[in-house]
Amino acid sequence: MQQEWIFGLAGGGLIGLAGAVYLLINGRIMGASGIIGGLVDRTAGAQTNERLAFVAGLFAVPAILALLFGNLQGEGPAQTYATSNLWAILGAGLLVGIGTRIANGCTSGHGVCGISRLSLRGMVATVFYIMAGGLSVVVFKHWLGVI
Amino acid sequence: MRNLFALLSGGLFGAGLFVSGMTDTRRVQGWLDVFGTWDPTLAFVMGGAIIPMFFAWRYTEGRNPALGGMFPPKPQAVIGRNLVLGSTLFGFGWGLAGLCPGPSIASLSFGGINGAIFVLAMGAGMWVAPSIKSRLDAAVPAV
Repeated sequence: MQQEWIFGLAGGGLIGLAGAVYLLINGRIMGASGIIGGLVDRTAGAQTNERLAFVAGLFAVPAILALLFGNLQGEGPAQTYATSNLWAILGAGLLVGIGTRIANGCTSGHGVCGISRLSLRGMVATVFYIMAGGLSVVVFKHWLGVI
Repeated sequence: MRNLFALLSGGLFGAGLFVSGMTDTRRVQGWLDVFGTWDPTLAFVMGGAIIPMFFAWRYTEGRNPALGGMFPPKPQAVIGRNLVLGSTLFGFGWGLAGLCPGPSIASLSFGGINGAIFVLAMGAGMWVAPSIKSRLDAAVPAV
């Protein structure tokens, strides 16, 4: 339990390194919602293959790590422990998809890439999605008890 | 070359999300749950990611990307309705499932049927978002 922050910091460093590679080499901002969203609504254009390659790496490397090591914290096989409530999963997915595309960014784009650039937009977006996320947990977990 | 480095970047991103525990929805919801057993991990992840990115942005000054082109220009610091409303909607979904776009793909291989349903619903949301956005902008022009 006490090593969780070390895993957090190390994993965070890898995420930052990933963002630095995408920025310094490819010249692009590593925002997951923008990369995926542009593939979904077909606005990626000439960037389509590059984005497909990014998504392939994002899917495959954790898949391999999960097969080799299971849950890194030593709790057996890797799991997301996501709610089994179908309506919650459906609603959450829709909200995440619509919200990130309207706001033009998510945790990686506005959060990691935006804040590190001292972007006011990134900071404001992060404040709003964290506040809404906290409120969401209060409402759905503590109040309604559906998750 | 672009595709190779995009694959590398996506792989590093996925590894980082997996190692840090961000593919575990309990950890994300635990961080958001200030009234429950608060889990500080996400703050370390954000900090650990922002520090190298800060230096990467500093390095971009006066330079060009290694594979050519230009670095993305800094957007104007406009805090509009779309940024605030979109981020709020996203946050509600993020808290409800404990998943955001990156980890939802990173955990797709071991997330079971619910993980796949989340990704499909997210894709549907991303698909309808442009029309919702344009209707919003038509009704009340965004700043």
